[in-house]
Amino acid sequence: MTNQTSSQNAMRTGYARKRAIVNGIVYAILAIMVIIWIFPIVWLILQSFNTETGMSTHLFPQGFTLDHYKALFSEENSQQYPYGQWMLNTFFVAVLSCVISTLFILMVSYAFSRLRFKLRKTFLNFGLILGMFPGFMSMVATANIMQIFGLEKSLFALVIVYSAGAGLGYQVAKGFFDTIPRSLDEAAKIDGATRNQIFWQIILPLSKPIIVYTALTTFIGPWADYIFVSYFMGDKSENYTIARGLYLMLEPESVNKQFTNFCAGAVLIAVPITILFVIMQRFYVAGVTGGAVKG
Amino acid sequence: MDYLDYVQMTKGQRLAYKIKSFFTSIPGAIKKFFMAIGYFIKKFFVGIGNFFKNYGSRFANGDAGTKLSYIIMGAGNMMHKQFMKGLIFLAAEVAYIYFMITFGSFYISRIFTSDLVLLSSKVTRDGMQYGTATVGRVVATFTEDPRTGVDKINEAIPYDNSNKILLFFILTVLVTVAFIGVYIANTKSAYATQKIIESGKKPESFGNEIKSYLDERFHVTLLTLPIILLLLFTVLPIIFTIFMAFTNYDKNHQPPGNLYQWVGLKNFAEVFYSSPKKSATFGKVLLWTLVWAFFATFTNYIFGIILALLINKKGIKFKGFWRTMFVITAAVPQFVTLLIMRLLLDDHGAINSLISGIGLPSVRFLTDPNIARITVIVVNMWVGIPYTMLISSGLLMNIPEDLYESARIDGANAFQQFTKITFPYIFFVTTPYLITTFVGNINNFNVIFFLTGMSESAEGYYVATKTDLLVNWLYKLTIGTEKAYNLAAVIGILIFVICAIGSLITFNMSKASKNEEEFS
Repeated sequence: MTNQTSSQNAMRTGYARKRAIVNGIVYAILAIMVIIWIFPIVWLILQSFNTETGMSTHLFPQGFTLDHYKALFSEENSQQYPYGQWMLNTFFVAVLSCVISTLFILMVSYAFSRLRFKLRKTFLNFGLILGMFPGFMSMVATANIMQIFGLEKSLFALVIVYSAGAGLGYQVAKGFFDTIPRSLDEAAKIDGATRNQIFWQIILPLSKPIIVYTALTTFIGPWADYIFVSYFMGDKSENYTIARGLYLMLEPESVNKQFTNFCAGAVLIAVPITILFVIMQRFYVAGVTGGAVKG
Repeated sequence: MDYLDYVQMTKGQRLAYKIKSFFTSIPGAIKKFFMAIGYFIKKFFVGIGNFFKNYGSRFANGDAGTKLSYIIMGAGNMMHKQFMKGLIFLAAEVAYIYFMITFGSFYISRIFTSDLVLLSSKVTRDGMQYGTATVGRVVATFTEDPRTGVDKINEAIPYDNSNKILLFFILTVLVTVAFIGVYIANTKSAYATQKIIESGKKPESFGNEIKSYLDERFHVTLLTLPIILLLLFTVLPIIFTIFMAFTNYDKNHQPPGNLYQWVGLKNFAEVFYSSPKKSATFGKVLLWTLVWAFFATFTNYIFGIILALLINKKGIKFKGFWRTMFVITAAVPQFVTLLIMRLLLDDHGAINSLISGIGLPSVRFLTDPNIARITVIVVNMWVGIPYTMLISSGLLMNIPEDLYESARIDGANAFQQFTKITFPYIFFVTTPYLITTFVGNINNFNVIFFLTGMSESAEGYYVATKTDLLVNWLYKLTIGTEKAYNLAAVIGILIFVICAIGSLITFNMSKASKNEEEFS
């Protein structure tokens, strides 16, 4: 009897030890991976407080200062690198395109999710095909069009580029609308509500999460886009948005002077965007897996 | 082969069978793909046939009003007492005719002009010859040569802006298509009202019809504005680009100041065979794009799932902490992380100073083209693995726990659980994601551009480096002094064709493999 329990105990401790070893290995792997992944970001933050200016050959900073953050907005530096102006530009473009895109996306998604009409399938297929054209394939043509409409090197051209095609991004919101029970619509219809009223007064109040998600993604988009700004604005640096502006700081002739300022500028915009992304990661997952995660 | 034969096979045979049936399904998938295209074309023509049949039969069965509305739009509605609606149709017709007379006809007439005499030295140098089809016109002044009596050109000035003509030509075509739609709606509406009156009912009042745009026809209200903007700023530029591919719109033919000409398939021929350097570049860049897309997609996918499994493993604590650490790297805007990476991996960057600090020779991570190819794939893993981890951890938690429990009771070890439950489940759910990632990687401009965008063109390449993808090549062709817009347009069209065929075939195959999964 005692013999048996002791052998059972031995087995259990053997099993526990094996599991502890496996877990230890997993912890070690995770720790190494986290260091690899977080190191560049920590390095960026540290460099932004470095007392040395420009590219440093030291891996770690030699002192602590806030000078680079001040330099970003200083008169002297703003002549060539108007960081504050870039921020305002980006904010302007982001707000406008966020409002337009969100409205469009919600309208189109609701129409495709709830309404049944003759050309619905055709439109959905066309949307699929249009979505396969790489975004900047027609960049030259778009720039020509903007020029003819008198929007050359203008921020409005960016707003139009970011929001005019928004109707194509209906998938995520449509997937969300599809999950709202149809019985709600039917009950409202019996009570005499029109589809317009159902959209504004029943579906939208129930869709706060997806409205927030859509607004955030469309708001973040312009902060991270480089290529359209670069092509549309050419060398008109006062109309750059943040991504293009920061890239300008790293051009070979300026990188040595501007490197730490770049770090400070990158930290300043990365912090709010990172926070926004961490908040909405749940929706992001639901979005890319086509709503497969509805747990 | 039916189910009984299948279950009697040994493991090896089953695997062989699965592999065999995967490959035998490829021709089927391709056949299905082309059959779908054939079906689509058939449906398209049947649709056109029906369209004309209905169009004719409405005319034949229509009364005087309906017949009149075939020429004067809105006449049918007005004669059936729907004045407002009739007036709107009439206004549309008048507006369209006015538009065509004052605007459209001019651009249609100038899209394909050959009435230019170009003998002046300035223009002949650019290779323009008499009678070439040009977008826009050149105006020339003549004087008679007193000695020979032959007209001589003093000056030949491009009179038009080719871009403007091409753009407004496309716009005119789009407006015409829209007008045809309105015109057909007009005949239908006239006939429908006629039928309602014949059956003794009252036609719908204008007020009610307006109201219906908030109810039965709410989709029209919702979709009109987004579709118009989509047409203007997405579809129109795409058509414009497609036209550009058939012109010689390059740095020598920049409007305003110079016209460009129609050159037919010359640009496509250059990319495929007639220009050795361009076609060689295209071949090499295309091959690298596909290799890159394959590795970039699958390294991220596999390692991302493994990372998610590690974090979600039973008995691992601080799951939230581990996950947040990786999510943070995914959340920092990509251009920031990529630029940091470029600085770290620079020939004199922090990593190299670390390497030389311990006495090893420094590595040219980004400047040696062959090492750079590996570097971009590794950096892409750094960028992409947290995303895959994020997505697959959500999925891992969705797998029913009892599946694992019953597997454990049957004696399955951890590895078997992974290959038999976890992986099939994740693979099944993420197939569409995998396809979109693959297509996304073909177009992954950012990683390549921010890491190696400043490198010089490689030996034997036409304005491209060894790490450039097709999209990066396209971009380089359009910027700076290059301005080979026609070539860039050709590349853009080819990228689209590759992406479209790739995603349609994989989509079909994933359907086929799903059926096969049910079988086993």
